[in-house]
Order: sequence, then structure tokens, then C-alpha cells
Amino acid sequence: MNYVQPWVILAFSAIIFFIGFAGILVRRNILVVLMCIELMLNAANLTFVTFSKQLHHMGGQMSVFFIITVAAAESAIGLGLVVAMFRTLRSVDTDDIQLLRE
Amino acid sequence: MLALIALFPLIGFAINGSWYAFFQAPQGRTKSGATIPGIIATTAIGLSFLVSLLLFFELKGLPADNRVLEQVVFNWMNIGGFSLDVAFRLDPLSSLFTLFVTGVATLIHLYSIGYMSHDATPGKFFSYLNLFSFAMLMLILGANLPIMFLGWEGVGLCSYLLIGYWYADMEKASAGKKAFIVNRVGDFGFLLAMFMIFEKFGTLDMSQLRVGVFALAEHGHQLAAADLGIITAICILLFVGAMGKSAQIPLYVWLPDAMAGPTPVSALIHAATMVTSGIYMVARLNFMYNLSPTALEVVAIIGGATAFFAATIAIAQKDIKKVLAYSTVSQLGYMFLGCGVGAYAAGVSHVITHAFFKALLFLGAGSVIHGMHEEQDITKMGGLRSKMPKTFLTFAAGWLAICGIPPFSGFFSKDEILWQAYASPHGSKILWALGAMTAVMTAFYMTRLFYLTFLGTPRFKEANGDDHGKSHGHDVHSENKHAGIAVHESPMVMVLPLQILGVLSIIGGFIAIPHMSWIEHWLDTVIPAHDPASLIAAPSMEWVLMSVSVVGAALGIFVGFKLYADLKKAEELKLRFAGLNKLLENKWYIDELYEATIVRPIHALSVGLWKGFDIAVIDRTVLGFGRVSQWSGQALRVIQTGSLQHYALVLLMGLIASVGYLLYGLA
Repeated sequence: MNYVQPWVILAFSAIIFFIGFAGILVRRNILVVLMCIELMLNAANLTFVTFSKQLHHMGGQMSVFFIITVAAAESAIGLGLVVAMFRTLRSVDTDDIQLLRE
Repeated sequence: MLALIALFPLIGFAINGSWYAFFQAPQGRTKSGATIPGIIATTAIGLSFLVSLLLFFELKGLPADNRVLEQVVFNWMNIGGFSLDVAFRLDPLSSLFTLFVTGVATLIHLYSIGYMSHDATPGKFFSYLNLFSFAMLMLILGANLPIMFLGWEGVGLCSYLLIGYWYADMEKASAGKKAFIVNRVGDFGFLLAMFMIFEKFGTLDMSQLRVGVFALAEHGHQLAAADLGIITAICILLFVGAMGKSAQIPLYVWLPDAMAGPTPVSALIHAATMVTSGIYMVARLNFMYNLSPTALEVVAIIGGATAFFAATIAIAQKDIKKVLAYSTVSQLGYMFLGCGVGAYAAGVSHVITHAFFKALLFLGAGSVIHGMHEEQDITKMGGLRSKMPKTFLTFAAGWLAICGIPPFSGFFSKDEILWQAYASPHGSKILWALGAMTAVMTAFYMTRLFYLTFLGTPRFKEANGDDHGKSHGHDVHSENKHAGIAVHESPMVMVLPLQILGVLSIIGGFIAIPHMSWIEHWLDTVIPAHDPASLIAAPSMEWVLMSVSVVGAALGIFVGFKLYADLKKAEELKLRFAGLNKLLENKWYIDELYEATIVRPIHALSVGLWKGFDIAVIDRTVLGFGRVSQWSGQALRVIQTGSLQHYALVLLMGLIASVGYLLYGLA
């Protein structure tokens, strides 16, 4: 059987990670920012699974389960915050949340 | 048992003080009777008098050469080789002092119940009085110098609290401060002396110190010059402390101002007890003073000069309490004169007789002031004899006692001091002359006071009608300003202490009759009696001097009566010596002199330091730190954009930097 080479998968996950990061940097819509965070988390998951397979070690897969759980919690809280933010500010633009600066 | 003497007033202070602080003060300054706190305080000090009396008899029962009772309450500190106990020691001298201090204080506490009946905060007053008694007893009973010093400071503190008791009045508050500050100057001397004693003898316990000093003296009976120098320095520094407490030149200025306090305070602190602590200390450490002729000479000269100087001021004062205050300063001078010529027992007996008659005079004056509704100017009194017969009678006893008319108490003790000033090996004719002149002046100004207050015709507008007699008190005070003064005799609770003190003033002198002086014999173990052979004058001179001083006193009284029987003549005389009168009335301008030479320069220096150093240097430094952090905050604020993406970018850069370092930097 012909396996996909590990470096391909690692490169792939790196690309996804940086796509996510670039999204965080350039997009102002907070919903998109949250989606980009999910992208980055899943890129990390992919890396973990790859190494787990490569090194024959289950620790990586364990971490993935944790990350999935954390990601679920994170998006629940994040979306909740977005709703609260929209209620008070009538906006989902990150440029509008600069109150601490004042 | 011994500690109980000091403990009772402390308990009284705790009860009255906490009652005042926790129950009365939080509810505002409401009027409340002086009776309950007064009874508590009087009971406390009365119990301590009883204990003193018991212990006095216990002491009397002991063999004469071993009359010491000791009690170590607890070990206060133990640092290295230095151990300090809170210990009390009762010997003939301290027993005598506890007896008269607690005795006179009990009477004065009792009197205060009447005197302070219209006061707003009697709880505070009585707690202070008790605290004062406690401190004074510590001073007397302390077995070592630090405990004595605690009491020494304690009486200074209480004196401040009580002089400034009516602190709403700025003048009274500053009189309190003056007393405290002047006393501090003296205390500094005491403290230095204590350091020197510890350095030299390695102990602060007084009986060990006595042993140490005797050991020093026994080496060939002649002290080495260096030792003599140290002992003289210690004695003089201690005497500086005594100058402050016992109001001697040049630190006497606080005592007359201390009359701002309530009259019982003047009687208790500034006549009977606190001011005698200097004499007590000198008498207590007589073994040290005896070694240093120079120190004795200083004590005698300062004492004699103070006696004379204060008497001249007393002649021209108008305020009844000021006259008595200067007379106290003058009498204290006498006591130091006695100590300074080596006649400690005579000094101590004068302390005791003086406590009786001066407390009596002050309380009598308080009774007059109370009866006259806070009038203190003797030129506005007169003719009070018929209005206040009991006060008049007791005051007369005090007056004769202080004038030195036999057989009243002042005569014996004063005469013994004068005789010793003349005849003792440390004495001289000049010292005697100073004392004798003071005696004549004393008789004169006391007669003046007595005559202007009680005899002659009233010089105030009298209120008619007896309605004031029943409702006497401050509630009718304002009304009296217009309607004249309804003079009334003081209540029983005030008159009774006067009568007891009056009796004591009459008979008190018998403990100190020359040649069979009980007091000298009693103090024998603490204060070695004079060897009669060492006197430098013929014994027959004693009778001559005695008659001279009696005649002098009689002369003073006679002149006083003659002069003030006709007030116009007195006024004429005053005008003829207007310059001198003005000088005396203004107390030789000593206060002004101190103001110009000490207070103003210190004030100027303080202002200079405040503006030149405090504001210019310290404030600028502190504010500078604030400004630096403000500026740096302002500068760093720029990078805090508040934009989420900026932070994320910085995070990324940080991440890259760390990963790069981990990958390449470590290798």
C-alpha cells in the first residue's frame, strides 16, 4: 500500500495553520476570526495525529481528543461573547472593541 | 503587696478610662455627674493609701538597719548581659513619699468630686488623675533607674494631659505643650545620666549602684580625678532632669503656665507631688551627690537663686494661682537649697510640710475661684472672710505655715533648711542670706494674697438675694456677669479635704523639729545623718538664726498688713516703683527672653528646613518619581493600540522568535 508521506501532511497542516493565522490578522469580523481559530486548532490536531502515527505513540491522539473538547467549549463561549458583544455594541467588528485602551 | 500601691490607681484609671472611652465619649460630650467616676478614682487612690500605711507599719516593725521591702513583679527584658526587672522597693524614704503622695492625692481626688461637678467629661479627668498617681508611685517605688524613669515620663505625660485638659482653649492647650517640652529638656539630662551610670557602674539598680559608688569611694577615701569628674557629670545631668521636673532655673517657666489646668491638678501635680520628684531623686541618690562637692554646690546655688528669684516675681502677680505657682517654684528652690548643702532630710521634710500647706493653699484658692465663679484676679476679690468662713480659716492655716510662723508646719522645715544652709560644711552665709530674704518676701507676698482675697472690703459687685446660693454653678454664670457675683461657700466634699489639710499644716511640722527630728531618724539608713561636729557654726547660732527668721516672717506679714490695709497707699507705692513693678509683673521678661533666644530661632530654622529641605528636596524627589512613571506610562501607551489583530501579530512574532531561538539559537 502506498501511504501518504508524513511531510506532506505536516506541510498541509502548516499551510492550514497559517491560513487561519492570516485570517485572524486581516479579518475584522469576529465570527470569521473565531472560524480561523478553529482552523488553527484543527491544523494542530492534524499534526498531532501525524506524529502519533509516525512515532507509534498514543499520546498524540489523546491530545487531539482534548483539543476537540477545548475547541467545542471555546466556540461555545466565543459565540456567546459574540452575541453579548453584538447586543451591547450593535457590531461584530473587532475594531470596535478597544475600550481598555482608553 | 508592694505592687498593689501602684496597681490600685492603674485599675482606677482602666475603669474610668474605658468607661469614658467606650461609653461616654462615643455618645458625644454629654454632661454627666462627677460623682461616680470620682468615687471610683478616690477609692482607688484611697486603697493605695491604706496599703502604703500598712506597709509603713510593716517597715517600722523591721530592725532599723534592714528596713527594705522588695518585690520583683516580672522580668522586663534580658538582653545579653543586661537584665531589667520591673521591681519595686520600699525603704524609709520611699515609704515616706508614698504615704504623703497617696494621702494628699486622696484628699485632692475627693475635692475634685466637688470641683469638677460641672465638668463635661469627669470620667476623663479622673482617669488622668489616677494615671498620674500611678506614674508618680512608679517613680517613687521603682527599684532601678529605668522604672523610675518610666514614672518620671509618666508624670510628665499626665501633666501635659491635665494642664491641657480644657484643650478647646488655645492658651491652655499650649500651656500643656510648654510643660511637656520643657520637661523633655530635663528628661534628656536624666537619660544621659542613666547611660553614664550604666557605662560606669554596669548596673541601674539603685541599691547595687549604692554599693558600686561606695566601693569607688573606699579606695583611699579619695576619689580619682577621673572618677570624680564622671560622678560630677552624672550628678549634674541628673540635676538637669530635676530642674525640669521640679521647676528650677532655667527650666521653671512651665510651672506658672501650668496653672491653666483645673485647680485640683495644680494642687496635686504642681504643688504636692510631681514637682517634688526632682528632690526625691536627689535625696535618693544622695550617696552620689555626697561625693561631688561641685555638684552639691550647683544644686545649692540653683536652689537658692530659684527661691529668691521666684519670690520676687510672686510679689507682683495678680492671679491668685500664679502667686501660688511662683511660691511653689520658690519653695522648691528651698528644698534644693537644703539638699545642696547636704541636708537631705531637711529638704525631704520640707517636701512633706510643703505638700500639706501648698495643697491646702491651692485647694483653698480653688474653693475661692469656685465660689467666685471662675474669678482669679485677687485685685477683684476682697472681704471673702465672711462669705467663705471655712475656706478662710483653712487658708489662714496654710498662710501661716508658709510664712514660717511657729508652730505651724512650714516653720520647722524651713528653719532647718536655713540653719543647714548657714552651718553645714557645704553651706555659706550667702546661701543663708538668700534663703532668709526669700523667707521675708514669702511672708510679704502671701500676706498680700491673703489680705487682698479675704480681708478688706469686697471689690466686686455682689449679687443680692439668696436664690443664687441654692443654684450655684455655671448655669447662673453668665447671668452673674451682669448681676454681680453671688459668692458661696464650697460644698462639703471640697471643704473636708481643706480641713484635713489645714490640721496637717498646723501639726505636720512636728515630725521635723530640729534636734529631735523624727524624720531625720527615720531616714537614717537611706540618708546618713550629719555629724553635728562637722557644722561650721556654733550651735548657739541656731537660736539666733531662728529668731531672725521668725522676726523676718513677722516683719513681712506686718508690712503686708500695713500696706494693703490702705489700698490707695499701695497703689501710690506701686506707681513710685512703676518700673520695678512692671518688671516683676512681667516675670523679669524671662518668657520673652526664651521666646527671642530659643523659640524664634528654632521656629526660623524649622521654617527654613520646611521650605528649603522638605519642599525643595524631599517633596521634589517624591513627586519626581511620580512624574517619571507618568511619563513612561504616557510613552508606552502608544504601543497599546487596543486592536485585537495587533496583539495577535505581536504574539505571532514572539512565537516565531521563540521557536527560532529554540531551533537555532541554542545550537
